[in-house]
Amino acid sequence: MATEPLLVAENLHLRFGTTVALDSASVAVHAGEVLALMGPSGSGKSTLLHCLAGILHPDAGRVTYAGRDLTAMHDSERSALRRTELGLVFQFGQLVPELTCLENVALPLRLNGAPRRAALRSAAAWLERLEVSDVAGKRPGQVSGGQGQRVAVARSLVTRPRVVFADEPTGALDSLNGERVMQLFVAAARETGAAVVLVTHEARVAAYSDHEAVVRDGRVRTMEHVR
Amino acid sequence: MSVGHALLGLLEGGPRHGYDLKRSYDERFGADRPLAYGQVYSTLARLLKNGFVEVESEPGAGPERKRYAVTDAGVADVAAWLAQPEKPEPYLQSTLYTKVVLALLTGHDADAVLDTQRAEHLRLMRELTRRKDGGDLADQLVCDHALFHLEADLRWLELTAARVQQLAAHVRP
Repeated sequence: MATEPLLVAENLHLRFGTTVALDSASVAVHAGEVLALMGPSGSGKSTLLHCLAGILHPDAGRVTYAGRDLTAMHDSERSALRRTELGLVFQFGQLVPELTCLENVALPLRLNGAPRRAALRSAAAWLERLEVSDVAGKRPGQVSGGQGQRVAVARSLVTRPRVVFADEPTGALDSLNGERVMQLFVAAARETGAAVVLVTHEARVAAYSDHEAVVRDGRVRTMEHVR
Repeated sequence: MSVGHALLGLLEGGPRHGYDLKRSYDERFGADRPLAYGQVYSTLARLLKNGFVEVESEPGAGPERKRYAVTDAGVADVAAWLAQPEKPEPYLQSTLYTKVVLALLTGHDADAVLDTQRAEHLRLMRELTRRKDGGDLADQLVCDHALFHLEADLRWLELTAARVQQLAAHVRP
C-alpha cells in the first residue's frame, strides 16, 4: 500500500513478571483497513491490541498513531485520544448496566462535551444503523448477547473514531448472531472510513478482514515475512 | 457429488430435454462447476442403460429432441442414495501434512508452509464471505458449508503450527 500507515507498532516488548507477552512485535494498520490479529489463546494478540490502543504501555518499542508517538504521550493526552479518535469493543460486559442502551451509546459523546439532546439523537441513529432501535430504552441486562454487542459496536462508532479496536467481539455469540454483528460492524466501519483492529481466534470472523497478522509466542508473523 | 442422482432427482419433477436438465442442474448446483453437455448426455446414456430413465422421442429426433423421464427404478435409486450417509473423509494423509513433514525433513521452513496455506485459506474464506453477504439464502448456505470446512482445516493448521517443534523432534532421525 502506497500511503503511510495510520497506526504502527515497532518492536514491542512486554513482560508480565517472568512471562514474555510481546517479543519484538511489529504490525502496521492503514486508514480504512480491517486487520485481524489471529493466534491461539495466550499468544499475545490481546496484549498487542491493548498496546496499539494505548491502554497498555510496552516495556520497549514504540507505537505511532498518525505520526504521533503514543508511547511517549502523557496519560491524559492518551485518554483524550481514546475518547475522541479511538473506539473499543470487547467480548462482553462493556456497557454501563445502570444506563439504557441509548444512553450507553450517547455516553462517549456526552463525555466529549456534546449536548444531551444531540448526543441522544446521534446515538439513536447509530442504534438504527446496527438494527437495534427496539432496545433503545432497555438496560443492558434486559437485552440478548447479540443485541448487547450491536449496542457496543454502535457506541464504539458514535464518535466516528479513526480506529476501532475489537477484542473477540463475537466471542460470546453463536455463529448466526456473531455473523450478523460482524456484517453490521464491518459495513458501518467501512462507511465511516474507520480502520478496525480485530482480535479473533475464529477464522470465520477473520474472514471479514482485509489482512491478517498471526501472533504466536508474542511475535507477529505476517505474510510479508513469508514472501 | 453424484451427478446421475442429481439428474434423476430433477427428473422427478417431470420429463425434460437434456438441455433443460443441464440448465436446471447448473442453476441449483453448478454455480462453480457447470456441467458440460457431454457429461449430461453420457450420464443420461448410462442411466438409460441401467433402466433408471426412459426416452420419449419427438419427431425429427436429434439428441436435443429427446425427452428423458425417470423410471420407477430411477426413483427408487434416488431414494436409496438419499438414505445412504456419505462417507466422512478423514484426510488422514493430507498433502499438507506431507508438505509439513517434508519441510521438516529437508530443513525448509515448516512455519512458512503453514503460514502460506493459512493465507490462502483465508483468502478464499474472504471471497466466500463477500459472496455470501451479497447472496440469497441458497448462496449463503452453499458458502457456509465451504466456510465451515475451510475453518476446520484452519484449526488443524493452527494446531500443527503450535506443535511443529514437537513434530520436528518426532520426524527427524
